[in-house]
Amino acid sequence: MTIGFSEQHELSKQKFKFFVSEHIVPFANDWDNNETFPREAVAKIAKEGILGAIIPKQFGGQEMDPITFGILCEEFGKGSISLISLLTVHGMVSQSILKWGTDQQKEKFLPKLASGEILSAFALSEPNVGSDPKSVETVATQDSNGDFILNGRKKWISCGQIADLYLVVAQVDTKPTAFLLDRKTLGLDVKPITGLYGFRSAMLAELIFDNCKVKSSDMLGRVGFGFSHVANAALDHGRYCVGWGCVGLGQACLDASLSYTSKRKQFGAYLRKHQLIQKMIADMATNVRAARALCLQAGNLKQMGEPDLIMETSIAKYFASKMALNAANDAVQIHGANGCGSEYPVQRYLRDAKITEIIEGSSQIQQIIISQSAYHRFLFESRNARKEKG
Amino acid sequence: MQHKEIVDNTSQFLQQYVGERDIDPEEEIFSSGLVNSLFAMQLVLFLEKEYNLKIDHADLDLQNFKSLNSIGDFVISKKQS
Repeated sequence: MTIGFSEQHELSKQKFKFFVSEHIVPFANDWDNNETFPREAVAKIAKEGILGAIIPKQFGGQEMDPITFGILCEEFGKGSISLISLLTVHGMVSQSILKWGTDQQKEKFLPKLASGEILSAFALSEPNVGSDPKSVETVATQDSNGDFILNGRKKWISCGQIADLYLVVAQVDTKPTAFLLDRKTLGLDVKPITGLYGFRSAMLAELIFDNCKVKSSDMLGRVGFGFSHVANAALDHGRYCVGWGCVGLGQACLDASLSYTSKRKQFGAYLRKHQLIQKMIADMATNVRAARALCLQAGNLKQMGEPDLIMETSIAKYFASKMALNAANDAVQIHGANGCGSEYPVQRYLRDAKITEIIEGSSQIQQIIISQSAYHRFLFESRNARKEKG
Repeated sequence: MQHKEIVDNTSQFLQQYVGERDIDPEEEIFSSGLVNSLFAMQLVLFLEKEYNLKIDHADLDLQNFKSLNSIGDFVISKKQS
C-alpha cells in the first residue's frame, strides 16, 4: 500500500497494470525498433477510455482525479515511456481546451478527443526555438475576414505523425497566441522525424505551415495569452504526466534488475549477493519511492487547486527524470553486455530516460525555476520574520 | 468584499514570488518583469481558489491582471457578474 493511495487508487493501479502488461509490454521493443506506434494499439487504448482520462464525464471522458491519472502514467511508463507521449500531448491539448476553450470549442473537440476519434498534438517547439518558447518564429497574420494565416515550422512534435488536431502557438503581432489547427488544413505538411535516440515510438514530426488558414473561432484563448496561460497550463500537465511516467520507468529498471540479479551467477554467487550490486539496487529502490512521493505531493496539490502545484510539479518532474536516467544507467550496468543487447529492455529504458530530461522543460530550465522559487521563498520568509520582530 | 482587502491579499501572495521588495498597487507586474511567465497560471489558480472564481477565456484581458489594483477591480466585477 502506498501512502496517499486510496483503495480505489489501488484497484485502478491493478487495472492499468493488467492493460499495460497485456497490450504494451510484449510489443514495446518491436515498436521501438520500428519507430512506430500502430493504429491498432491506439485503438485499444482509446477503447479502454484512456484518451479521455482527464476529460469530464459530460464530454464522454473518464474524469480521473489527478492521482488516478498519475498512476495511469506510472503504469504506462513501466511498459514504454515513449508511448506516454500519447497521454502527455493528447492530455495537454485536452486540458488546454478544457481550461481556455469556448463552449463551442469544448463541444466540438472534447467528445472526439475523449473517444479517440481524433488524436491531438502540442506544437510549440521549432527548429530555432526550444527552451525560450515565447520567441516562437511561426507567425499568424489576420486577414480581412478576421481569420488567421499561419506560416512557419514546428519541430520535435510528439505524435505529430498521427495527430488529427494540433495546438499551435504562433505570434500575432509579436504576441504569442494559441490556435487549434485541423490536420487536413491546406498548406500543412507533416514530415516524420526518424532516427531518434529515444522515444522512438512517439511518432515525432516536423510541421510546415505554408499559408494555413485558421478560422478566428479556432483561436484558443485570446491574442497574447498563447504562452503565458495556454501553453503554460499545458506544459504543467505535460510535466505531471512525464514525472509519473519516470516513476514507472524507474520502477521498471528496478524490477528488471531485481529479476536479473536473482537469476545470474558470477564468481559462484548470484549477483544479488554482491554488495556493489546491492548499492545500486538500494539507490534505485529509494529514489523511485522518493520520486513517487514528489509526484503524489504534486497530485494532491492539483486535486486542491493550489497555486503551489506548478512549482511542485516542476520539482517532481525534475527529480523523477533525473532518477529515471540514473536508474536506467545502473540497470544497464547491472545487466552488463546483456543490457546493451536487444534481448533485454534496459537499453531502451536508458535511451528513453535521457529524453525525459529534455522534454516539457529541460532539467536546466527546471533548475532555474526551482532555484528562483527557493530564493524568493527565503527572502519572503526572512522579510516576514523581520516584520514579526518589529 | 473590499477592493483593499483583495489588493492586500493578492500582494501578500505575490510577495512570495518576488522576494523582498514592496509592490505598488499600480505597478504593472507582468510588463515590468517583476514576475516570470509561470506566475500567470499561479495567479489564476490563486484567484480561483481564494475567491471561488472560474477564470475562463473571456477573462483573458491584460487589463484584468496588469496590476494589483486591476486585479482588485477584476475580482469584484467577476463576483458581481
